[in-house]
Amino acid sequence: MAKIKALKCKECGREYPVEPLHVCEFCFGPLEVEYDYDEIKKNISRDKIKKGPVSLWRYVDLLPVENPTVGLNAGFTPLVKAENLGKELGLNNLYIKDDSVNHPTLSFKDRVVAVALSKAKEFGFDTAACASTGNLANSVSALAASAGMNCYVFIPSNLETNKIIGSLVFNPVVVAVDGNYDDVNRLSSEVANEFGWAFVNINLRPFYSEGSKTLAFEVAEQLGWKTPDAVVAPLASGSLYTKIWKGFNEFKKVGILEENEKMPRMYGAQALGCSPIYKAFKEGRDWITPEKPDTIAKSIAIGNPADGPYAVKVTRESNGDMEVATNEEIIEGIKLLARTEGIFTETAGGTTIAVLKKFAEKGVFDKDEVVVAYITGNGYKTMEVLEGHLNKPIHIKPTLAEFKEKVVGQTINK
Amino acid sequence: MAKVTVRIPTALRRVTQGQGEVQIEAETIAELIENLEKEFPGIKERLVDETGEIRKFVNFFVNDEDIRFLQGKETKLEEGAVVAIIPAIAGGAK
Ligand SMILES: Cc1ncc(COP(=O)(O)O)c(C=O)c1O
Ligand SMILES: [Zn+2]
Repeated sequence: MAKIKALKCKECGREYPVEPLHVCEFCFGPLEVEYDYDEIKKNISRDKIKKGPVSLWRYVDLLPVENPTVGLNAGFTPLVKAENLGKELGLNNLYIKDDSVNHPTLSFKDRVVAVALSKAKEFGFDTAACASTGNLANSVSALAASAGMNCYVFIPSNLETNKIIGSLVFNPVVVAVDGNYDDVNRLSSEVANEFGWAFVNINLRPFYSEGSKTLAFEVAEQLGWKTPDAVVAPLASGSLYTKIWKGFNEFKKVGILEENEKMPRMYGAQALGCSPIYKAFKEGRDWITPEKPDTIAKSIAIGNPADGPYAVKVTRESNGDMEVATNEEIIEGIKLLARTEGIFTETAGGTTIAVLKKFAEKGVFDKDEVVVAYITGNGYKTMEVLEGHLNKPIHIKPTLAEFKEKVVGQTINK
Repeated sequence: MAKVTVRIPTALRRVTQGQGEVQIEAETIAELIENLEKEFPGIKERLVDETGEIRKFVNFFVNDEDIRFLQGKETKLEEGAVVAIIPAIAGGAK
């Protein structure tokens, strides 16, 4: 237990024991894991990390888990040098952190759930649960199945078909709530009060959210123990974004990065139809005005984002910025990444690429700067948004004549 | 005065002697907070900050609607309404 000291309120600093708690009893602020960095610094090294498992668990010294048992293959996804997309955007050192191929359910959520359910096992829970915009439900369903836990997932009833099937196949109880994510979340919070379940993003949130730090650890390791100059990532609740920043800072604090290593500028991406964090940042507020989401980017449609104020703060502190993408721009973003890099991302990734493009066009990146765009989800889950936006297959009879007439004639420039 | 049901989150149940649901009379959310304080001394400072504003991480819902979409603290309460007090930190993608 030496590496963790306590849970600590991010607002008022009151400390709590390491238990499935997430809210400060005094001020309602969020609780965060408080580490003993001196102790961790003594234990951690680049060498030890390199000899560790090829998964996010190679960073276990900086995660709030003693004994990883769930999601043992999550993380350590490719960092792709995006030469073609970089050329289009005028960036010589653009990278895609590709969590669209995370194990086992193809989104970054496998990281946070691996950490949350390993912790749930340590606490002795037998039932996993979550409030989800889709990807989290997929991941909790799969990892609860592999961990032999009972499982309840709560989702808005209007999710993409494949996101619903992608949970049902693992045989959890899927509760489809009439309402948006914020309604689902409020209900789940009340359910969590009454039932002793491991709600990964409610009562286990302090542990769950730490899993996203591994997105920073991996990128730093994959860049040869260096930070990028700039990061672009999507925001829903703002947790992922905030924890990427925390991860880079922690890596420096425990001596894995050089003492003078510069921290990246953080650029946040939201969908125009759900952009409460972007608006707070642009208007210089540090509180969030909630909204009712209306966007095709359902995975990031959170109108009342729990970590919004912290995401605003990180953006300011890092000298970054935020941007929004329309539905059309999101679809163009999905197609641009697919066409240039052969990576098929979902709407959240389309939002990230659209915003990356806007910032590149505005000239906020120097052409030789190392820029990392975080692709957090997989396009095969949100295929319906592309209907009507792609070329059609060319239908022919199985004859060479038709092939020559209809295919060669139309696609090969002579 | 309208009599309403208030649902209390786990984090506040120490102040309400363990009760998860209490009955309070009040015309508005502002008044509800005052009347809760009379019944459960100490609860008010948990809900509002030094300036009297509802704390950043406290959300009030009247019949399942966030009061920030209604009239905030001035939101009127009808007889039989259900008011839920919920920590903001629940969400997340989640
Ligand atoms: C694919 C994808 N990207 C990003 C996010 C944003 O996560 P957060 O709520 O941590 O900001 C989500 C959340 O559900 C998601 O599904
Ligand atoms: Zn506090």
